[in-house]
Amino acid sequence: MDSLLGSNPTLASNPAYSFSKAPYNSAADNKEHAFYPYTDNGGSTLGITGEDFCIIAGDTRSTSGYSINTRYSPKVFRIGGDDETGEGAHIILSVVGFAADGTALKERLNAIVKMYKYQHGKKISVKACAQRLATILYGKRFFPYYVTAILGGLDEDGKGALYSYDPVGSYEREQCRAAGAAASLIMPFLDNQVNYKNQYLPGTGEGHDLEPRQALPLPRHDVEQLVRDAFTSATERHIEVGDGLQMLVMTKNGIEELYHPLKRD
Amino acid sequence: MPGFDFSNYNRNAALHAQGVPLPKATSTGTTIVGCIFDGGVVIAADTRATSGPIVADKNCEKLHYIAPRIWCAGAGTAADTEFTTAIISSNLELHALSTGRTPRVVTCMTMLKQHLFRYQGHIGAYLVVAGVDPTGVGLYTVHAHGSTDKLPYVTMGSGSLAAMSVFETQWKQGMTREEAVKLTSDAIQAGIFNDLGSGSNVDVCVITAEKAQLMRNYIKPNEREVKQRDYKFKRGTTAWLKEKVITREEISKYVTVHELSSEDDVVVVEKMDIDV
Repeated sequence: MDSLLGSNPTLASNPAYSFSKAPYNSAADNKEHAFYPYTDNGGSTLGITGEDFCIIAGDTRSTSGYSINTRYSPKVFRIGGDDETGEGAHIILSVVGFAADGTALKERLNAIVKMYKYQHGKKISVKACAQRLATILYGKRFFPYYVTAILGGLDEDGKGALYSYDPVGSYEREQCRAAGAAASLIMPFLDNQVNYKNQYLPGTGEGHDLEPRQALPLPRHDVEQLVRDAFTSATERHIEVGDGLQMLVMTKNGIEELYHPLKRD
Repeated sequence: MPGFDFSNYNRNAALHAQGVPLPKATSTGTTIVGCIFDGGVVIAADTRATSGPIVADKNCEKLHYIAPRIWCAGAGTAADTEFTTAIISSNLELHALSTGRTPRVVTCMTMLKQHLFRYQGHIGAYLVVAGVDPTGVGLYTVHAHGSTDKLPYVTMGSGSLAAMSVFETQWKQGMTREEAVKLTSDAIQAGIFNDLGSGSNVDVCVITAEKAQLMRNYIKPNEREVKQRDYKFKRGTTAWLKEKVITREEISKYVTVHELSSEDDVVVVEKMDIDV
């Protein structure tokens, strides 16, 4: 039996395990003290594009553990504005995850977009800005910005553009994306209501011969309604989402900001 | 064999050592409070049940019946508060029957602490016990490890600090019933709005020598607003692979079939119990 149990002394008097390791009491182990540079501040963000606009939204609650830090801490920002108010900006960015890294990333991208304008005498394109953001994130590959970013604006043809990122810079242009604490609650709703996944045209066939419902770019009014419903629903079922909903809507006329209160419990 | 079944213990302990995580129990990461007043005692609770960061139940009941004039508010693992209060309720009724007296709150508290101490904190029940018996008004807290407190106002759960801040600023000696109900519900609301583990509605139970009155959803400060859009799908939207029609003649071989008239448009189906 000893050979089977190895050198673990707690096993000798106990029943035989079919695994090589036995349970051990972690409380008896030496405590390791360490510096934890990251915290999770909760919340969720969401971006959807249409034919000629782009909406990025986020709730305004900031949490740590079971506590609320503040009920109004924006997660969506204007990038490339003329002053600190963001007036004249042509790109929007949302960051969710570790709020301090989010602020640092937004400040850095904003400075870079400004420098681009000074050096090249023109505004950066959303496409170029998206690539630059990926480079910034990957630059901290081994000490990442602990955030999920979504970048939005209008592309060279004036069409709505949306780019989503992982914390180390992998990115992709998409129609819609949810990020943060309630992403797993919101994303399936978006798949179904924006891209019409799992929806078929009634009476077009039987079983798998049914014709899938074709996704079309949604009008702005519909998208705003979907965003509001996504956040009121996420607030119902996720404890870290609530307090307020901030939306930035980018059109050819500039950026419009909307705010709707959410439940505060 | 009475008691818990430990037959999977060794297998699960070995799996856990291999890195398999333990199953996540529903917890009532809760605010519960209690407060005595002239002639009785009042306990209150929020109605949110959570599993990690997800709200498992938006309107659960955390106020448990023990005896006609003894009620208990529970925080911690939902199943543990439910079963612990149920078993003590049963044993207390047997005790009342054999002694021929109305059960006392101290007796209930003692039975709870002895039960919980036996299980060395593994039964995660954190309780506020309150009631009125022939000796007078009783209000206690019982912790999962078996320790107890007897105080004029108490709070427990993840929202206990938020709730206690209300008691510590507003509590006074010799309150009326109305004052005590207002104070406890304000304490619960402090938990609902400032503690993420607590939410939704306020349940209150007032116990006097005459009767116990449960006021379910006494305050509903978190009603959901109407949705912007209608999400009704057109009939035939979902794909299906096989269609099977079961006729009334076929099914009536196994169950009794009642014909509903066209006026009976509402069919009452028994509500499914989830979590707490």
